[in-house]
Amino acid sequence: MIELKGLHKSYITGTNKLHVLKGLDMLIEQGELVSIMGSSGSGKSTLLNVLGILDSYDQGFYKLNNTLMSNLSEKKAAQYRNNMLGFVFQSFNLISFKNAMENVALPLYYQGVSRKKRNSIALEYLEKMGLKDWAEHMPNELSGGQKQRVAIARAMISKPKVILADEPTGALDTKTSLEVMDLFREINKDGITMIIVTHEKDISEKTDRIIHLRDGIIESEFISKN
Amino acid sequence: MIDIDKWKEIIITLQKNKVRTFFTAFGVFWGIFMLIIMLGSGNGLQNAVFQNMGDFSTNSCFMWTQQTTVSYKGFPRGRFFRFNNGDTKALLQNIPELKELSPRLQGFGGDGANNAVRNEKTGAFTIFGDYPAWNRIDPIKITSGRFINNFDIKDNRKVVVIGKRVVEVLFNPDENPINEYIKINGVYFKVVGVFKSKKNGQQAEREEQNIHMPFTTLQRIYNFGEDVGWYAMTAQDNVPVEIVEQKAREILKKRHSIAPEDERAVGGFNVAKEFKKMRGLFAGINGLIWIVGIGTLLAGVIGVSNIMLVIVKERTKEIGIQRAIGATPFNVILQIINEAVFLTSIAGSLGLIAGFWLVELINFLLESSGSNGEMFKNPEVDFRIAMSALIILILSGVFAGLIPAKRAVSIKPIDALRTE
Repeated sequence: MIELKGLHKSYITGTNKLHVLKGLDMLIEQGELVSIMGSSGSGKSTLLNVLGILDSYDQGFYKLNNTLMSNLSEKKAAQYRNNMLGFVFQSFNLISFKNAMENVALPLYYQGVSRKKRNSIALEYLEKMGLKDWAEHMPNELSGGQKQRVAIARAMISKPKVILADEPTGALDTKTSLEVMDLFREINKDGITMIIVTHEKDISEKTDRIIHLRDGIIESEFISKN
Repeated sequence: MIDIDKWKEIIITLQKNKVRTFFTAFGVFWGIFMLIIMLGSGNGLQNAVFQNMGDFSTNSCFMWTQQTTVSYKGFPRGRFFRFNNGDTKALLQNIPELKELSPRLQGFGGDGANNAVRNEKTGAFTIFGDYPAWNRIDPIKITSGRFINNFDIKDNRKVVVIGKRVVEVLFNPDENPINEYIKINGVYFKVVGVFKSKKNGQQAEREEQNIHMPFTTLQRIYNFGEDVGWYAMTAQDNVPVEIVEQKAREILKKRHSIAPEDERAVGGFNVAKEFKKMRGLFAGINGLIWIVGIGTLLAGVIGVSNIMLVIVKERTKEIGIQRAIGATPFNVILQIINEAVFLTSIAGSLGLIAGFWLVELINFLLESSGSNGEMFKNPEVDFRIAMSALIILILSGVFAGLIPAKRAVSIKPIDALRTE
């Protein structure tokens, strides 16, 4: 599903050149539940951005679903993001003036799905998340766990091939974190590839494969006890 | 794609900054409002001035005699001379570009002394001797009867066409002046027509005190012999009156033994030239109005653009989220331009309506107070202008949205997401 070969990425800030990813090779098959671990500065967020087609890379190649992702126009990138990828962020990133249902339905809006239809689909997904009664609530009326579940529903509504989660439990307490991880495992069972970036060991232990990044290269990689 | 979501989003983002939105919208409102008011006023001024001219043929000129200033063919300078019936014939025969020629004479005794009598009523009026052509050069509105015709001229008929004011002075309100007789300079004339002025204000008042009689009749009654007071002439359509004027001057100078280089002997007034000047003046005023109006409008639009920039900045993260979940740059640009167009359209339409309303109110007040006329008449703004203002408005809305929109998509989604 995801294939990286010799991936390099550096940021240029003023006169400084910061080499973040230094030749990554990675192969993630469909239906895998993978966590990427690393301390801050290890390049894990950068990697996630490249995987999410939110950022470009300098060298090597990145194939998503056997399609080469390079030199994409913003429009094309937006379409790939919309069709193939789902995002879950640490800070939820819900749109504050839209209610839960509208937030979930938003990716379908960009696909041109009618309001009525996308709202009813959004309700289905909220129901799966156990949030049907909260559909009309605004984000600031929801708890952290609820917000993250809304965000997950939003990531799933466009039926993506891959869900990318950037520290999805970073803002949640332990109990809610474990609930969210259970939810991810549940989703993963339906065949959606999950990639979770985290620096919490107990979170990564909930995944099937753990990849450790250090200074822009893969330090180690092992199959989890699960 | 018309979508409630889109409109909801627009309204919500604008509502978040009520005060700023209001002041910005007010800038656009004021711009359009002033533009409409100024255009209306400009039109009012123009209408009043052009109405003062009635239906006067603008491609026309006048010619009269003055003193010669150059001695010629044995005649001394400073000589007086008069046009005559022979000149009229010569002009008609030798100038093919001439459309209408109207020799005129004014009967003396019009300056304050009563010169028209009917039973016990008397009045002081201006008396002109005219050809039928005069009514085609400076038309009046015949309310009953007719104007002077060619038979009147040929037979030296003692008939008159009198103005509204003349009727009011010499006749009782219940009397029909047609076919009645009035006495002018001791001679009885039959009234064959009554007219109203097509001009307004003082001009109209003066014109409605005129009495027109056949030119040939006036020549006899006042013992003018063959004399012609002055000429009014118009050129054929598409021929500038200057050509006619020049040819007429040459002919008249030759016939009266005036030196060709004598510029002062034949006095003249070129209406076309004056009219052009006036048109130029109003074109200038109009141009100025548009420049000032569009300037004001532009200031408002820049305000909108500014507020949109701030809004975009505040929403950087939100735009980042939207782009992460699949909004194309086009989606984002469209949304921001929509907001700008929405803001300018609403504010501008309100300004348009308010401006129209005020102009109409002024118009109504002028008309109901009866002072509509000399300086200001029908200060209206026509539909075409309103439409162009509206188009300018929407274009400027797009313009106001374009810069912030460009800014919004120039930020990479990843940078946008990182902003806290």
